Amino acid sequence: MLHPVPTLKETPSQTAGPYVHIGLTPNFAEIRGIYDADPGATMVSPDTRGERIVVSGRIIDGAGAAVSDAVVEIWQADTDGSYTGQVGRTSNSRPTFTGWGRQATNSEGVFLFETIKPGPVRGPDGTLMAPHIALWIVARGINIGLQTRLYFADEEAANGTDFVLSRIPDPKRRATLIARKEEGDVPRYVLDIHLQGDRETVFFDM
Amino acid sequence: MPGDDRGALYARDRSWQPPANTPGYKSTTFRAPRHALLSLPATVSELTGPTFGDTPLGPLDNDLIRNYSQDGGEAIGQRLIVYGQVLDENARPVVDTLVEFWQANAGGRYRHKREGYLAALDPNFGGCGRAITDENGFYSFRTVKPGAYPWPNGANDWRPAHIHFSIFGNAFAQRLITQMYFEGDPMIWQCPIVASVPDKAGIEQLVAKLDRHNTTPMDALAYRFDIVLRGRRSTMFENKLEGN
Repeated sequence: MLHPVPTLKETPSQTAGPYVHIGLTPNFAEIRGIYDADPGATMVSPDTRGERIVVSGRIIDGAGAAVSDAVVEIWQADTDGSYTGQVGRTSNSRPTFTGWGRQATNSEGVFLFETIKPGPVRGPDGTLMAPHIALWIVARGINIGLQTRLYFADEEAANGTDFVLSRIPDPKRRATLIARKEEGDVPRYVLDIHLQGDRETVFFDM
Repeated sequence: MPGDDRGALYARDRSWQPPANTPGYKSTTFRAPRHALLSLPATVSELTGPTFGDTPLGPLDNDLIRNYSQDGGEAIGQRLIVYGQVLDENARPVVDTLVEFWQANAGGRYRHKREGYLAALDPNFGGCGRAITDENGFYSFRTVKPGAYPWPNGANDWRPAHIHFSIFGNAFAQRLITQMYFEGDPMIWQCPIVASVPDKAGIEQLVAKLDRHNTTPMDALAYRFDIVLRGRRSTMFENKLEGN
């Protein structure tokens, strides 16, 4: 016997709906006083090590319209490439970086995270994966959350050997995961997510 | 443990889960990818996830009857206890995980700036809450039963009474959002969003059961809603299975 057979079926997903903000970002929905702050709103603290960056982009549907009612969550390694994220810990061993963020898109379909650039993480084949951030997108009209990744345009060599990117057969589609860099006081990496159409983003079943 | 590269997850059964494009639910038309999803083994980036076990929740975070109280008032509606167990596909409890929930008030009105339904807001009802599962994987909260509500899809479509749920598990690839319905509601079987789930048994998994045993006499009815997240294969260590 190798593996036990799973005995239960996964609960079916349902759309998060247009009022997802009530539950996930209530302060954004102008419901004040239940939570001090929206979960995932702040990822870094003054003690967080690593290069501060902004990660941003626009979510666009198959008709070219902004998806103004989405919620995006990200999950990433710290500057050393370790997944140490623990949200809301109060003990002394508390990591200084949550690794997890959650933001609603605005009326233009734009999401924005203030975070750090992640270090490289080892892949299942033993090689280092290029620095990347995992994204999960839910909204009205999305029946099950969409999984994708954001890579960095200034990591060309690492991107060239990445475990996941190298498994996308069409280089044009590979490019849909690579955020362009805009210089500034804080570097900004911009990745637009196209849900459908000619420039459709690669989504994963992982 | 966070940061731990644990066993691989069972592949998600995409024939059990709703497909992206379900034309009866019109909003999916332009929001469903046309390309097939790219199947890859999850890496450490998907096998880990944020942990919330030490998150200091507020004392009323799991009490929607009182967590938006103005001047001491309580929400109007059928008082409920909603509880259940979070399990994985191997029927193991998922402990210390964050469960979030949101819903309309007793009249079917959401507290949201983009919502214009004519049913009144309840000044003492916000509509969101959260809980962390205990050492056996159980969560619970108090609320009022949400009302059905009309939505612009078909010319006369109404959502059945429902509560939205968001569950984390301990891997980012277990992340799940779903909706809970109420046993016996005839509107469940008329809803295009419910019908996005292909299998009748899958829909029945979304229907909470009235639980008279856990009802609080003269106070609140109880409904039980268990949630199943993706399970993990055992990892092979030197050709021995861990934990079996």
